[in-house]
Order: sequence, then structure tokens, then C-alpha cells
Amino acid sequence: MKFIDEYQDNKLAKGLAYKIAQRSTKTIRLMEFCGGHTHAILRYGIRQLVPKTVEMRSGPGCPVCVTATADLDKAIALAHLPDVIITTFGDMIRVPGSYSSLQQAKAEGADIRIVYSTIDAVEIAKANPGKSVIFIGIGFETTAPTIAASILKAQQEKIENFHILSLNKLTPPVMKALLDSGEVKLDGIVCPGHVSVIIGSHPYEFIPKDYGIACVISGFEPLDILLCIDKLVEQIEKGEPKVEIAYSRGVKPEGNRKAWQLMENVFEIGEANWRGIGIVPQSGLKVRGKYERFDADKAFSVSLKPPREPKGCRCGDVIRGAATPVECKLFRKVCTPESPVGPCMVSSEGACAAYYQYETLENLQSF
Amino acid sequence: MDDSILLAHGSGGKLSHELVEKKFLPFLANPALNKLDDSAVFEASGRLAFTTDSYVVNPIFFPGGDIGKLAICGTVNDLAMNGAKPLYLSLSAIIEEGFLLRELEQIVQSIKKAAEEAEVSIIAGDTKVVNRGQADKLFITTSGVGIISPGVDISGANARAGDKVLLSGTIGDHGIAVMSQREGLRFSMTLESDCAPLNKLVSQLLETSSRIHCLRDPTRGGLATTLNELARQSKAGIVVQEANIPVKEEVKAACELLGLDPIYVANEGKMVAIVDPADADKILAQMRKNSYGRDAAIIGEVTNEHPGKVIMKTKLGPSRIVDMLSWELLPRIC
Repeated sequence: MKFIDEYQDNKLAKGLAYKIAQRSTKTIRLMEFCGGHTHAILRYGIRQLVPKTVEMRSGPGCPVCVTATADLDKAIALAHLPDVIITTFGDMIRVPGSYSSLQQAKAEGADIRIVYSTIDAVEIAKANPGKSVIFIGIGFETTAPTIAASILKAQQEKIENFHILSLNKLTPPVMKALLDSGEVKLDGIVCPGHVSVIIGSHPYEFIPKDYGIACVISGFEPLDILLCIDKLVEQIEKGEPKVEIAYSRGVKPEGNRKAWQLMENVFEIGEANWRGIGIVPQSGLKVRGKYERFDADKAFSVSLKPPREPKGCRCGDVIRGAATPVECKLFRKVCTPESPVGPCMVSSEGACAAYYQYETLENLQSF
Repeated sequence: MDDSILLAHGSGGKLSHELVEKKFLPFLANPALNKLDDSAVFEASGRLAFTTDSYVVNPIFFPGGDIGKLAICGTVNDLAMNGAKPLYLSLSAIIEEGFLLRELEQIVQSIKKAAEEAEVSIIAGDTKVVNRGQADKLFITTSGVGIISPGVDISGANARAGDKVLLSGTIGDHGIAVMSQREGLRFSMTLESDCAPLNKLVSQLLETSSRIHCLRDPTRGGLATTLNELARQSKAGIVVQEANIPVKEEVKAACELLGLDPIYVANEGKMVAIVDPADADKILAQMRKNSYGRDAAIIGEVTNEHPGKVIMKTKLGPSRIVDMLSWELLPRIC
């Protein structure tokens, strides 16, 4: 199990950083799509290792952060229905909705349980036949196969009281939406590692082809990320954008067919509402008609007041890469991990939480 | 069917007496406790340290320990971290109706074993039984009294610029061992909790050097939170080298999988010692002689700069701030 140390080797990292500095002549901006990458970049100080010519921007790759306020409000309303148990990944419960939060609803008596995997939610449904168990299905292509598997398990075991509020989202369509908007000029994308394990590298091909932007899939260890940046800089300097895999121990070009088939069996593609971005066509997963009895949207109806965004919160801008967390006036002053205003400060994959947690002393003093 | 705790065990009547006399006294017997008076009476003179802590760990049995061992070691260690020699403990158990008697007995035996190792006596106790669902199996509260030798002055406020920061061994063992057993997250590993009484290690260190300034055990919130507490209390800065912090391979792998940072993961048998640089090597050598300090290392030092802040030089070279744990540790989603 020595592999982790090897991917954190100091000398190799310095060598790679040197190589990047030698190669880099143009001033470029790279976006790391995934919140896990943002955290690793800040945790290991990678921004300080790469030359000043390379700017790193966080993207929308945080499942909790991109969940629209309206969808969160729906989850909170569902939690208040009688005989309902809400099951969710942990970070969701602290995100402020328009008028409340799941945490607040729990304190008011709603039955809300944190689970580590969707299969646990199925078990809770099995153990509570008199209640309806709703799982808040957030995440990208990484969580979707397990959520699909939970629906199949519920069907197989005839667990009728299990439901999914399907808020799952797809990565390539939102990348397209961001690039189409032209709001943030990018030269390269650090493509998500775990998502690509599932979808492979082909779905990103349109990015270099149609937008001339370099794409490299990266793992989450510091050397993975430095290697990825090196490849991106090389492509950009040469003017030859393409899709490359710098995480070959995890990602195959064709992805994981079995996981794909599972998703395709249970879900169909539809539009999704993204915080800070809005409705993006073809970017969400909806439960197929044949499994509609597991679809919380079909099984329950709740009336909702119009959503409101927290005043002054720039999570939307941060998610699009249009602002860095420190550009938000609330950051560190009003909005902290203890009393978060927006989801990017709550989630362990949120950009604001990463900037807060792993700040350098220089930045903190100049702040 | 296994015998289990009934509400009547908490009624104060015959069953309550039977519970204490059959399940607790035979294992924990000592002259003060055996009297079964309303309070225990003991003699002590000098400076005393007093502490209390409650234990609600889930699951109550985990690799390398259980809630009973934890309840003894936790309170013993809290006393030891002020340089006190732990003497007496009280132990109060809140038991959920339906809890299995054989599991209770197992836990009391583990309490006995831990108390014997730490050389402390449990001289006062209480049991309560609550309705099913009103507690999660078993909650334990222990309080402890210890005596501090003349001249010993250990406090989180005593760190000075130039002091060395020692860590007694690998971090994250307890948190990951417990997490590996939690419902829905079960993964199999050989890792055990580091849960251990550190009072003897502390007394060996105090014999070795009179220049130990701070001691603290990084329990919940992990090493990062403890270092921040010490920096704030002492109004000094701390700089640590990530590469010097010992972490077991299993813990690294589990943290990588779950997206956690070991410096925030709980420990129950480790301590941080901040000591005068002149004695640092001597203290380190002494620590390593004790089996609970075998993997000890010097991980950093105290500085006049950035008072109240902890800075870590990462493995790759750059520095960053290490903050306290701000909320519960949760595995990543993606």
C-alpha cells in the first residue's frame, strides 16, 4: 500500500514543477472542474508550486454546491411530510435553503438521517415499512450508478416505500454550457478523475474540437495534478489541444461500461437546474417511467414558495469560475464553515471551504 | 434468549442492587467502593487535578477497544495531560433498556483491565436505565482526581518560541478503526484503535525532564485541533512539517478513499508534548522506550510569528494554515 507516498513524493513534485515552469511561456487560465481537485491543490500548496503564468480556477464540480436552492427547498418540504424519512449525504443537511435547512427541519422534528451510501437508505426503507424513505440523489456520474443500483435492489426485493429525489447531474453538458456562455476565458480543463472512471475520456472530445481548449483527466494525489498541469501546459504551448488521460491507473478511454448500462437502465437524460447556472438542457438524470414508483417527484407533491438566494452570496459566481471565493465580500467575514451562508462554504468539496481551510499565511495577512 | 437490561434495573430497588452487586462490584472492588456509602471518602494532600468526560461512542465495541476502555483511558489521559498522577475515578453508566447483560459484563471487564493498567481505582459510581430509544445502548461518564507533584507546571498556555513539538506516535488510528465499523461504511482492515492510558508514559517523561511545557492528547478534532488549541492558549505560532507526522499505511489508504485528512481524525492513545529545545532529543528518546510512544517524532516547533496560528509545511514544500476542525468529519460524495 506504499502507492500513496509515491504520489506525494517531494522531489518528483519539484521536478515536475520545474518542468512546468520551463515549458510555460504564455499566461494561461486552467479550470479544475472537480471540488476534490480544488481541495488537493490547496491542501498541498500546488498553486505555490506552479509558475505565476498558470492561474487555477475552481469549477462547478461540487455536488452539494450545484444543487439548486429550489431543489433543496423541495427536499426540506418533503422532510416535513408525515411518515417520511429523508436520507441524505451528510453535507446536504447544513446547506441553507430559502427559508430553512434540512438541519433546521431535523431540529423541528423531521426524521432526517445521514447515510454514507444509497444502499443504506434502502436498508432503512426495509426496516421501516410503515414510512416512506426518500433519498436525496445528488452527485455526478460517480454517484448515479450506485443510486441506480439502489432502485434495482428495491425493485428486486419489493421494497415499495423507497424513493429517490433525482437531482443527479452530468458533467460534459455543463462544461458545454459554461463554454457557450463565454463568461470565463479558459485555456485548459483539469477534467474530473472519479467521474472519468465512469464516463471515460471520449465525452470530452468536443471541448478541444469545438472550443480549442486543452483537456487532461487527473487523479487526486498531488503528483497526479502536477502531471496533469504539465500536460495541459504542453498542449497549450504547442497549440495542439486534445483530450489526454493523466490518471491511467483509474481511467480507461471507454470508461466503465457496466456502470453506464446501470445508469441507462434506470435513468433518462433531461434538463437540470444548477445553482448559479440555471436550467441546462440534457444535463440531468430523471428516473425512467418503468421505475416511476421509486421517483419521489411522482410519488409526492409539495407546494413551494419561490426560492430566494442568500443576500450577497456569490456561490453562483464561484461555481461558474467567474469569481474566486476571496472575491466574495462575505468570505471569511460573515461566511465561515461554522456559519455558512452558501453551499460552497459547507461542502467538503466546496471551493470556499477549501480556500478557507487551506489558506496561506501571506494571503490571510493581506486579506 | 440472552438476558437484557430491564427498566426495573434502574428502579433503585432489588434489581438495581443486584445489577451493581453482580455486574460491577465483583470486577471493580476496592475498599472505598465496597462500602457503598453515598460518597467515597479518600485522603489526599497537595495540588489536585480534577476532570470529567462523557463517552457516547458508536459502535460501543470497535477494533482495539470498547466504550469501557475508552471511558477509563480518556479520563486518565486528561489528568495526565496536566502532569497529574491519576488516583481515583467515578463512573456513571446510562443504559438503554434491552441492552444485553453479557455485553455489559464484557464492558465492565474491559473497564477493570484498563483501570488496572492505569493503576487507578473506581471509587464511586451510578447506574441509570432509560427507555429504549432514549439512549444509544450505553453512555458512560467518568470523572477523575489526580495529584500533581510539586514543581510540575504543565498547561496549554506554556508554549514558548523555540520549543519543539513532539508527537507520541501515528495519528488517526482510533477514528479510522471506529469508522471502519460504522453502519454503512464497513470496510475490513487490520487497524486497531490506539486507545491507551498514557499516564505512565507521562510520568516517565516528567522524570526525564523538568522542561516539559505543554501536554495534550489529540482526541476528537485530531492533531490539527489540538495544535490550534495550544497555539491559541499560548498566544504563539506553531509550524509543523507534514512529512514528519507519522501516519500508518492503512490510515493513509482509508483517508485517501474517504477524502479525509488524517490530521483531523481522532486519536485515543496519543499525545502532543511541547518541550524546551534543549531537552527535546532526550524526551523523544524516553518516549520511544515506552510501547505507547514507539513511533514518536519531533513534528515541529513553536515560533513568535503568527501567534495563535498553526502553519504546516506540506510534503511538497509550500506552507499553509492548518485550521481547527469546523464540523463533523464526513466522507466525500464524489
